[in-house]
Amino acid sequence: MRFSARVEVRLRKGIADPEGATIERALPALGFDDVRDVRAGRAFRFELEAPDEEAARRRAEQLAARLLANPVIEDTEVELRTTPLPGADG
Amino acid sequence: MSVRVGVVVFPGTNCEHDTVAALERAGASAALVWHTAESLEGFDAVVLPGGFAHGDYLRPGAIARFSPVMGAVARFAAAGGPVIGICNGFQVLTEAGLLPGALVKNRGLRFVCMPVDVRVESGSSALTAGVAPGTVLRIPVNHFSGSYVCDDRTLRDLWDWGGVVLRYVENPNGSVDDIAGVANAEGNVVGLMPHPERASDTLLGSVDGLVLLRALVATAAGVRAA
Repeated sequence: MRFSARVEVRLRKGIADPEGATIERALPALGFDDVRDVRAGRAFRFELEAPDEEAARRRAEQLAARLLANPVIEDTEVELRTTPLPGADG
Repeated sequence: MSVRVGVVVFPGTNCEHDTVAALERAGASAALVWHTAESLEGFDAVVLPGGFAHGDYLRPGAIARFSPVMGAVARFAAAGGPVIGICNGFQVLTEAGLLPGALVKNRGLRFVCMPVDVRVESGSSALTAGVAPGTVLRIPVNHFSGSYVCDDRTLRDLWDWGGVVLRYVENPNGSVDDIAGVANAEGNVVGLMPHPERASDTLLGSVDGLVLLRALVATAAGVRAA
């Protein structure tokens, strides 16, 4: 089966996030003074072949832990779909 | 024969020639080692110099960790050989798990490029052997992701084993405990954000970096003799 994966990587709780803090400080000037707790991270999309969803998830989590994130400072969240993710090409 | 130091070059490394020149000034002979090398035979010490290995894509050091030479660096370190990571080299060593902790974006997203004063905290690492603790050295920093972080337990361990090697007199980047350089428990693997090779000639404004590089050369000579 073919799966579409999306991995979100974000700084772990307790690790300073100067990017998120800077964005948050800029928001009131744009009228978004109701927004709190901005955290910056990044997301990766990829397709993978696996026999079932559990295997696909395990594979994506391995990739996330081994390369996409540095577990010392970052957490990851894996999202899987059997159909292309919204916004993905093809 | 003089001590031989291998200076590892990844695609995107840019401080290798300065590092070779400074090591030679410190009494070593130094040679460049391309990142595809699988052996470090014949070297008494290894330096991972500054720059942007593999473009710093993903995270600084994240891709460099998979270069073939890193297997050789890990074996060299496990055998007790001195391994030093300067700036981007420090980031590579933490990503490779050869040093604890991580380096994250500077406090305030501020790129720092200036001479700073660092205090030697431990005189027992490969880079500070024989240097009196308390010695203050003026060495330039030049980085965006140089804020050292680690969990509380790791921080306690670092202090316990003398792994806090260098600390900023004035913290330029938000590093925990003002840490500028750390060592592993054995003291033979050391990473630091300041660039000692940029403080190796009076023309550069300081020769304090030579204090560290000479200590490295002496350590490497001792390891070879042992």
